[in-house]
Amino acid sequence: MRLIKSVLVILLISISCKCFAENKMIYSFNNNSQQQQFDTLTYELRCLVCQNQNLAESNATLAADLRTQIAEMIVKGFNNQEIVNYLVNRYGDYILYEPPVMKKTWLLWFGPFILLAVGLSVLYIAVYIIRRRENKLSEISTIEKQKIKRILSAMEE
Amino acid sequence: MIPELGHFALILALTLAIIQTLFPLIGATINKISWMLLARPTAIGQFIFVTFAFFCLMYSFVTNDFSVLYVAQNSNTNLPLFYKVTALWSAHEGSMLLWITVLSCWTFLVAIFSKSLPLDTIARVLSVLGFISIGFLIFILTTSDPFIRLLPNFPANGQSLNPLLQDPGLAIHPPMLYIGYVGFSVAFAFAMAALLSGRLDAAWTRWSRPWTLAAWCFLTFGITLGSWWSYRVLGWGGWWFWDPVENASFLPWLTGTALLHSLMVTEKRGAFKSWTLLLAICAFALSLLGTFLVRSGILISVHAFAVDPTRGEYMLKFLFSVIGISLLIYAWRANKIKGSSNFALLSRETLLLTNNVILMVAMATVLLGTLYPLILQALNLGKISVGPPYFNAVFVPLMMPLFFIMALGPQADWQQMPKKALLEKFWLVFIAALILGCALPYLFTGTENLFATVGIGLGLWIIFATLQGSYRLHKKVNLKNISRSHYGMVIAHIGLAITLIGITLSSIYSVEKDVRLAPGQSTHLANFKFAFTNIAALTGPNYTGFITQFDVTQDHQLMATLHPQQRFFSVQQEGISDPGISKGLFQDFYVALGEKMDTDSWAVRIYYKPFVRWIWAGGILMMLGGIISVFDKRYRKQSLKKIFD
Amino acid sequence: MIFIKLIKPIIPLLILISIGFFLWRGLAINPTLVPSALIDKQIPEFNLRNLISPQQTLSKQIFLGHVSLLNVWATWCTVCANEYPVLIDIKNTHLVTIYGLDYKDDRQTALRWIKKYGNPFAKIGFDPEGTTAINWGVYGTPETFVIDKKGIIRYKVIGEVSHRIWQRILLPLIEKLQREST
Repeated sequence: MRLIKSVLVILLISISCKCFAENKMIYSFNNNSQQQQFDTLTYELRCLVCQNQNLAESNATLAADLRTQIAEMIVKGFNNQEIVNYLVNRYGDYILYEPPVMKKTWLLWFGPFILLAVGLSVLYIAVYIIRRRENKLSEISTIEKQKIKRILSAMEE
Repeated sequence: MIPELGHFALILALTLAIIQTLFPLIGATINKISWMLLARPTAIGQFIFVTFAFFCLMYSFVTNDFSVLYVAQNSNTNLPLFYKVTALWSAHEGSMLLWITVLSCWTFLVAIFSKSLPLDTIARVLSVLGFISIGFLIFILTTSDPFIRLLPNFPANGQSLNPLLQDPGLAIHPPMLYIGYVGFSVAFAFAMAALLSGRLDAAWTRWSRPWTLAAWCFLTFGITLGSWWSYRVLGWGGWWFWDPVENASFLPWLTGTALLHSLMVTEKRGAFKSWTLLLAICAFALSLLGTFLVRSGILISVHAFAVDPTRGEYMLKFLFSVIGISLLIYAWRANKIKGSSNFALLSRETLLLTNNVILMVAMATVLLGTLYPLILQALNLGKISVGPPYFNAVFVPLMMPLFFIMALGPQADWQQMPKKALLEKFWLVFIAALILGCALPYLFTGTENLFATVGIGLGLWIIFATLQGSYRLHKKVNLKNISRSHYGMVIAHIGLAITLIGITLSSIYSVEKDVRLAPGQSTHLANFKFAFTNIAALTGPNYTGFITQFDVTQDHQLMATLHPQQRFFSVQQEGISDPGISKGLFQDFYVALGEKMDTDSWAVRIYYKPFVRWIWAGGILMMLGGIISVFDKRYRKQSLKKIFD
Repeated sequence: MIFIKLIKPIIPLLILISIGFFLWRGLAINPTLVPSALIDKQIPEFNLRNLISPQQTLSKQIFLGHVSLLNVWATWCTVCANEYPVLIDIKNTHLVTIYGLDYKDDRQTALRWIKKYGNPFAKIGFDPEGTTAINWGVYGTPETFVIDKKGIIRYKVIGEVSHRIWQRILLPLIEKLQREST
């Protein structure tokens, strides 16, 4: 395992990855919506070489190649989903920053809202139960008090 | 010589920490006063030795001692003095030394500012802090020693500091964060002391509240600084990336905020004690988790330190033991915790607890999103990414209800708040916020925008309702009797509202453009004209490059002059682009240089970012609110009295 | 009721244990490894000019009918230099055919390389733009695909093929695939 890891470290070094140096081409589109499409896609796709950057920011050669590929597809008229599918078919779901909604990510997407609903319900039910118990207790103690009063007054007579 | 002294000091500190942990704890259990009295001196001693070690390393940096491996890896003779100092915490070993130094400082402060506490309590608290110190000191001495030497063949000069880290904001961001993270260990120690002693009345909450507030302030400041730095330096106009390490600092912040509010309920009403105890344990657990995540190589992050599996293993085992033991103690004592809670479904208590539920669900969401790729991979279910699109889509809606009830909470009565009274108090403010929320986007941009309305509306709702509540309080109650905590609350809540408005407006209305410009050319963005007016060669202490000038005009009126730069650092053979930013209260103009495209023209990135400063202004306000609350007379009277006696 | 009372205090501990489990497993996983999305799928397009005889065009057909390896390499890739002798050893075992994909390289430099260090490849596709490599989901060099007789990708080695990886992973897999029918 350690061997594989050290090999991979070497692999990463051998990929010319100047992640923060500037090496970008400008992609200019004829219309605004194409530009927006390009911007959205490149922001939401991960660079697989400089993996903590998106395709827009990364200056790895692969990122530049993928940007060119995406730009060409946009000009040809493909929509976002088609371009995403193209890339996911080749690189897997990892390239997408937005995890697709599928069985194995249901917990991820729906979990938080379910948890919120459950948490709030538990809170309110707990508050309700405790309050009812405390009220009952104070009721009981009032009844007990009255009982004692009657017994005492009966004893006095 | 000095590095060896530093190393030796750490060993001495470890010895003292062991005494600090064992004797006071046993002494408190069997009621042996002489052993309990060992707590304070050993804590102070540990502080002295650890701080001495820290300064030994600092000395090595300042005197360019490249025989110390860590200095050779992170410094260089041509590095400006300020960055030689901050390079100390720029990589793993030094940052661990910073961690333990901060911990020993907090321990020291607890030791001296606790004269009003019962002896067995302070004994247990310092003992718990000592236990944490032991863990970290052993970790440093066995896996991450910053004092390792490169004798006899040491380099003439070092590898210098990553150019991105050569920035004042980034220099103080780690110490602030660490003071925050590590500070939650104090709340943890108080909670554990309460559990160990079996004395689970509300006293421990009163003692731990100022410490928790102080830690929270620093964490808020640290996170705000980090966000501001990434905007200023990274050149992409972004200020939060949901990067795993950013999330790691956000998790204790969310928990800490919940803890602060929960402490209030427990202190005032004695209610929900076990929940507050759990929160204190959880906040510290998340601090440890964050420390683990950055150094273990488990997650990909731009912040991650060099990967080493042995370090990751140790940290995980340590985290597991500390939190595991504390949760076992909690489970053991759980049934002894008697809460006195009797409050209505609509009351300040319930509102505060709703705040807690929402914050903890938000925390769980961020944790889930950060760890999910790991979970799927560990279960052999493939590899996915969870990035900003997910977090923005899920986190933001979760927080909306919190922003809404935040305004109601401070003005609700304890125990029971009649619905009618609530409506009466707030209907006017609600309508005002609603109307402005709808109107303002339309007035300024000509179109409606639902997200802008919600964001602005909620922000204004919080501001108006909080101010209104404060005004009513001043009319009802004598000025003398209004605590500083109240003002702290007002400022902090308004701060959050301002951050919310800043986030809403800058996210929705920012525009950007990538162009190719040569000096003399210009381009348009929003209603502004950006002209590339000048360029000159640039020489700095350890870099060369270009400095350019961009003039921003609107209808021929000069709005700003920007000086984006391109810097090339010869030692590291790396370049960075330093964006030119014009800071405004209501908008930023932002220009970042890309690559030189041919003889004249440059790739240039231009942004117009409205209200982005509000994000950090709000953060600073939150911090100020916290600071004001720390100095509430309730907490000061006791300790001052004892000092003067 | 009593059950809830007993369980409640242990819930946080259980949560800690489950998170701890995943973190522990995480320490053994390399986070930068991107598994191939093409495993058990048909090979993508492979219309490339032959590096050595550029008038010839290669196609997917070359992979069909036998078990083969496709090695993605480049002269600028330092790790590929380490791997090269291992590939030559593999070629000399005559157990599997190795094809090459020369990724984003210069033809002359590549030809000189082959002259100097030998040629383990039956055929080499020249992909100067890297577009075919993108179709194969290549994100770095070197990478090696194991392709069965039907032209289905069965495994991908990310990084250097060492003797250890050949002995432990590739050789058993190739022997298994050889036994399968066309």
